[in-house]
Amino acid sequence: MNRPFTLSDAPAKGCREAPVLKERGQREVFCGLTGIIWLHRKMQDAFFLVVGSRTCAHLLQSAAGVMIFAEPRFGTAILEEKDLAGLADAHDELDREVERLLARRPDIRRLFLVGSCPSEVIKLDLSRAAERLTRKYAPHVAVLNYSGSGIETTFTQGEDACLESMVPVLPESPERQLLLVGALPDVVEDQALSLLSALGIETVRVLPSRRADAPLAVGEGTVFALTQPFLGETAAALERRGARRIDAPFPFGEEGTTLWLRAVAAEFGVSEERFEAVTAAPRARARLAVAAAAETLEGRSIFFFPDSQLEIPLARFLTRECGMRAIEIGAPYIHKGLVGPDLDLIEEGPLLSEGQDVDKQLDRARAARADLTVCGLGLANPLEAEGLATKWAIELVFTPVHFYEQAGDLAALFARPLRRREMLKALAPATGEAAG
Amino acid sequence: MKLTVWTYEGPPHVGAMRVATGMKGLHYVLHAPQGDTYADLLFTMIERRDHRPPVTYTTFQARDLGADTADLFKDACRDAWERFRPEAIIVGASCTAELIQDDPGGMAAALDLPIPVIPLDLPSYQRKENFGADETFLQIVRHLAKPMARTERISCNIIGPTGLGFRHRDDVEELTGLLFELGVAVNVVAPLGASPSDVARLGAAHFNVLLYPETGEGACRWMQRELGLPFTKTVPIGVSATRDFIREVNGLTEMDASPDEGRLRLPWYSRSVDSTYLTGKRVFIFGDGTHAAAAARIASEEMGFAVVGLGCYNREFARPIRALAKSMGLEALVTDDYLEVEAAIQEAQPELILGTQMERHIGKRLGIPCAVISAPVHVQDFPARRSPQVGFEGANVIFDTWVHPLVMGLEEHLLHMFRDDFEFRDEAGPSHHGGHAPRAMDAAPEPEPALAAAVNDNVTWLADAEKELRKIPFFVRGKARRNTEKFAVERGVSAISVETLYEAKAHYAR
Ligand code: SF4
Repeated sequence: MNRPFTLSDAPAKGCREAPVLKERGQREVFCGLTGIIWLHRKMQDAFFLVVGSRTCAHLLQSAAGVMIFAEPRFGTAILEEKDLAGLADAHDELDREVERLLARRPDIRRLFLVGSCPSEVIKLDLSRAAERLTRKYAPHVAVLNYSGSGIETTFTQGEDACLESMVPVLPESPERQLLLVGALPDVVEDQALSLLSALGIETVRVLPSRRADAPLAVGEGTVFALTQPFLGETAAALERRGARRIDAPFPFGEEGTTLWLRAVAAEFGVSEERFEAVTAAPRARARLAVAAAAETLEGRSIFFFPDSQLEIPLARFLTRECGMRAIEIGAPYIHKGLVGPDLDLIEEGPLLSEGQDVDKQLDRARAARADLTVCGLGLANPLEAEGLATKWAIELVFTPVHFYEQAGDLAALFARPLRRREMLKALAPATGEAAG
Repeated sequence: MKLTVWTYEGPPHVGAMRVATGMKGLHYVLHAPQGDTYADLLFTMIERRDHRPPVTYTTFQARDLGADTADLFKDACRDAWERFRPEAIIVGASCTAELIQDDPGGMAAALDLPIPVIPLDLPSYQRKENFGADETFLQIVRHLAKPMARTERISCNIIGPTGLGFRHRDDVEELTGLLFELGVAVNVVAPLGASPSDVARLGAAHFNVLLYPETGEGACRWMQRELGLPFTKTVPIGVSATRDFIREVNGLTEMDASPDEGRLRLPWYSRSVDSTYLTGKRVFIFGDGTHAAAAARIASEEMGFAVVGLGCYNREFARPIRALAKSMGLEALVTDDYLEVEAAIQEAQPELILGTQMERHIGKRLGIPCAVISAPVHVQDFPARRSPQVGFEGANVIFDTWVHPLVMGLEEHLLHMFRDDFEFRDEAGPSHHGGHAPRAMDAAPEPEPALAAAVNDNVTWLADAEKELRKIPFFVRGKARRNTEKFAVERGVSAISVETLYEAKAHYAR
């Protein structure tokens, strides 16, 4: 039973102990507010009220790609000159905006007050506001707060902060259960749940729940598995509530999904026969689907700018299952406790970098001229213009990419820019540089 | 505190970025946290720029606060100079840095860099993007432009175009051609495409053409005062405005040039009988002040539309827009709250919206066609082909753009005649849009309930009348419903029958 998750063909020397280049220069990464773009779609009765500036509102709008929904379940309470003058005032103003909002949107059951750089700098105490508003609107609406500020959080860390804020208010339950942690597209979440139920794991719950009234509790009997590698604070909060984390590589690709499921299966004493019976068919499908895209990726080099925090697990998937060669794997921060199992599986060689000094990193990327460079939207076109093929990282958090049925799609996301390049080679400027 | 969902303008430092990114040889050192780097993607993705905006963000973090944010700024400034070797640097703070009061201007000055360092003071909690662009360019001009001998040949500067502007690239090209025909050479175009050394020689021109008052008026006023350069007051968008502009330039140059109107097609296209169906089409206009005002004049005088709503989102232009609206018998809508704009559009029930990308989405939701006339911009506002708004070609482009979303004349009649034809469903929208017709009617979450539940609580629709109402093509149905209900209420009729519907139709016939 309790078979360790590592495969027999793990590299002799992985990257867990490899030296890390730590950079502290200019970063070119979104702040944690960005997570609202997917979190508000995931939690259908939640509203995200950012207390911030026009910049914050503009970031959300721009990151959302100006997708205008009838009325999205997020908004920004923009601080004005008069709010900055006196704090008591700001709390009254916030109460008034919340009252208006909840009157207009009776469907809202969870309200997140989301801190930003300006609200942090003026020390506007949103936890006090959340407590006060919870008293006022309980039990219909639960009011929570977290910070998505750029001075404290990077891109996907916003989701971590959001999920972490929900943990302390979860009811206590000693029940033996598996908790899946991470906001996944519904279709992917459903696939994961059906795999787990086929393995015979009875009680499986998900944080964040789609709706506020989902029965979610935590306690000594809870074991949890992260589905995203950026949820370190949430994991720590769950551990403080007595839950125990299952350590595994992240469920990207056939191998990652299998190892992740195997670790869960080991925890719940699932027999090897049953595991094989449940996973054999989807594993074969995933391998087949990945193989199609891997034809394009095989032998190609890849360079990761730090962005979504998925870089390490993806590098593991691309090097091991798609035959790519990683040159640099940059991540905004490296939480070895969480991505250690993935690092173990990446053969030593690539440069691991943490944090960023964007101009220096661009110099390295230009020198490396990888076949594919993974970066943010601000860098993609300029690098393309320099003749580098790029893959925008943000797509990786907006697209279903986890578990078996998406393994092929995940590989295809990386193959597409290369295939496109090949198709358009008649258009390539003679020098390899952009025409301008 | 004000709850905002979508904004028409970004913060003022984004305006400064539009100036810096439009220019060459200028670098912007912005004291800001990492998340503010999102603004790069506006330029690299929406405008498809092939280089990074020339902006160094200090990306200070919480742990730097109080301790060494000032050092961070100084290092960033020095590094930017060493790496990029710009001709000049502008320095400023984003909303967060404004609160920590590090004084970027003072710190940058203390570095004694061998190039001009221009401090920006952009109040993030009071002003917005257009102000930021206008103020930034003003400061650059103040620091760099000097009085100097005028060019021998009569010349002007084109002032106002920036990065991320609505059709700025094509407008500059069109306008340069027009000025050439007027015998005027272009000395400098700025900010777009200008370097700091180009800015230094602005004073060599004989006058300025203020192309976009939103982003260039401050600099033009300063140059009038300090360099003695008069500037033009007409923005040449539309046929009449272009002709007025030509007169204005002739006045300044003391010449009598009359450019060839041979390629101007709007007047004939508009007078051609095919366009009769455009008569009195009710249009709602919203955008930045300059483009909204231009559109109002074109709509009423050159297209024969009825303007039923007019407004702008930039308060700086409230006064002229209010005056213009009043002259058209309307009350201007000056707001940056898109929900208010949506409510006003719903109320006015226009047949066409001339607006921004925001209104395009509002139009989608309400099932009303929309043509985009103004920033804020979207990737679609940077077409591959030339597509100016100014001058005679601009007028041609505008004619096409505004007519395109409409159901065409004969088609409109056919829809009336064969409204029950299953293949000719009016919800399909204009036939020339193929499968991409506005799908509002079936895509909207609750398409028809609005019909059954009358907008007005005091009246109900009888089943027959409701059926009849459904036969009216979708693009006028909203107006018919509203008019009928208003008519019924005024006459104290509580149940609307088919007769009421047609009585109302006769009453409101135009
Ligand atoms: S970095 Fe800070 S100020 Fe900028 S958008 Fe994010 S939270 Fe707002």
